Amino acid sequence: MKDDLLELLWEGLLETLYMVFWSSLFALAIGIVLGVTLVVTEKGGILEAPKLNKAIGTVINGVRSLPLIILIVLLLPLSRLIVGTSLGPTAAIVSLSIGAAPFLGRIIENSLKEVSAGKIEAAKSVGATPFTIIFRVLIPEALPALVRGITIGIIGITEFTAVAGAIGAGGLGSLAIRFGYQRFREDVLIATVIVIILLVQIIQWSGDSIAKSINKKRYKFE
Amino acid sequence: MIGIHNLTKTYKTAKGSITVLQNIDLTIEKGDIFGIIGFSGAGKSTLIRCLNRLEEPDFGTIEIGGRLVTNLNEKELRQARQKIGMIFQQFNLLDAKTVYQNVAFPLEVAGHPKRYIQQRVREILDLVQLGDKENVYPFQLSGGQKQRVGIARALVNEPDLLLSDEATSALDPQTTYSILELLKEINRQLNLTIVLITHELDVLQHICNNMAVLEKGRIVETGSVEKFFLRPESDTAKRFVSIIDHYRDKRNVMEGVGAGI
Repeated sequence: MKDDLLELLWEGLLETLYMVFWSSLFALAIGIVLGVTLVVTEKGGILEAPKLNKAIGTVINGVRSLPLIILIVLLLPLSRLIVGTSLGPTAAIVSLSIGAAPFLGRIIENSLKEVSAGKIEAAKSVGATPFTIIFRVLIPEALPALVRGITIGIIGITEFTAVAGAIGAGGLGSLAIRFGYQRFREDVLIATVIVIILLVQIIQWSGDSIAKSINKKRYKFE
Repeated sequence: MIGIHNLTKTYKTAKGSITVLQNIDLTIEKGDIFGIIGFSGAGKSTLIRCLNRLEEPDFGTIEIGGRLVTNLNEKELRQARQKIGMIFQQFNLLDAKTVYQNVAFPLEVAGHPKRYIQQRVREILDLVQLGDKENVYPFQLSGGQKQRVGIARALVNEPDLLLSDEATSALDPQTTYSILELLKEINRQLNLTIVLITHELDVLQHICNNMAVLEKGRIVETGSVEKFFLRPESDTAKRFVSIIDHYRDKRNVMEGVGAGI
């Protein structure tokens, strides 16, 4: 073990956390809008609009069918436009957010669909507006499923950052490729893998415990 | 109170359209407990859900308390719905909210001040005998208790009309009885009009004054509940009544045997 290892890891971890945090935040913001819009505009939804629904669905499928690494390359000009550079963690956040948003959108759509039609109907029957139904019924009722879904999404983004690292985004992924692979530093490679595994475990564990505590309050079990 | 004229509703499916309601004409008086009975698939649920436009009718008009419900725009409809309570077979309570929050929901939607909401929710929870459960989540309640919360939620904003969509069909007979007693009591106390749909004769017999029989999307018989049991005219009514008669005869025979020997 060389003495620069800890320093390299620490720097990589910070960069990765920085990318995961901001990418998740932006992807989540876009994903919630996409997911909610998909659910309310579908046939029989509270703001039925089949054409809009289909258009959004097609765009999501389009973005999701591109391999991430190609998407990142495609979005480089956009990164340059927004943050002034196409290199480094900040530039990667632009691509990662846009790349992960459709994925989160689908996850959120599926979680929201678990809310029974009867609950929506009950809210309609007391005269609630679509806005009230979305924020007071749909989202709170789906919350445990949403938290679990979003956890999957954030772990996905963590994986994405490693891919982005390979093409100049920095972070643990970049460390593993540049030092571990290209400079034959096996200690860096192994240490990086361990740190990523731990990071994913922590995210999963946090998500699970939040979902669990919500369920515990509501159902007194799990 | 309620006037339904020429109401028609069809569903479009891949194979063509199915007419669920055909030229329904019905008048329901204020303060009545009106039962709509029919076998499964007769269109009962669609009919009652047309009253607050959870289902949109294709043709015809519905008038409730002097207002043409079928002509209202979205905003007016939401306001009208605030004065039409509804209870459901599956209760449809919100799992994320406590009993108190569930019952307070319609009042918040209607924009009442917090202090009034607090007082009114407590009042209505006492009426349905759930005053001690306000901080409990629905999951911890029994079926009968859940339906009491449903009733409280439907009544909290002082509606003029209560719609009951098979509200007792998921409950055991004893609980059904207590829920029916509660509805009867509320009808008497508040002079609230209740429209309920059911496939249970007991419900009809126990609390309804007047009834309509629905068969394949048409009303085949209306009148008092007494008439339904004493002089059924339609096939559906006869079939329903013959079911009880059959058991009554059987019981008479068996008791007769016991007494005779």
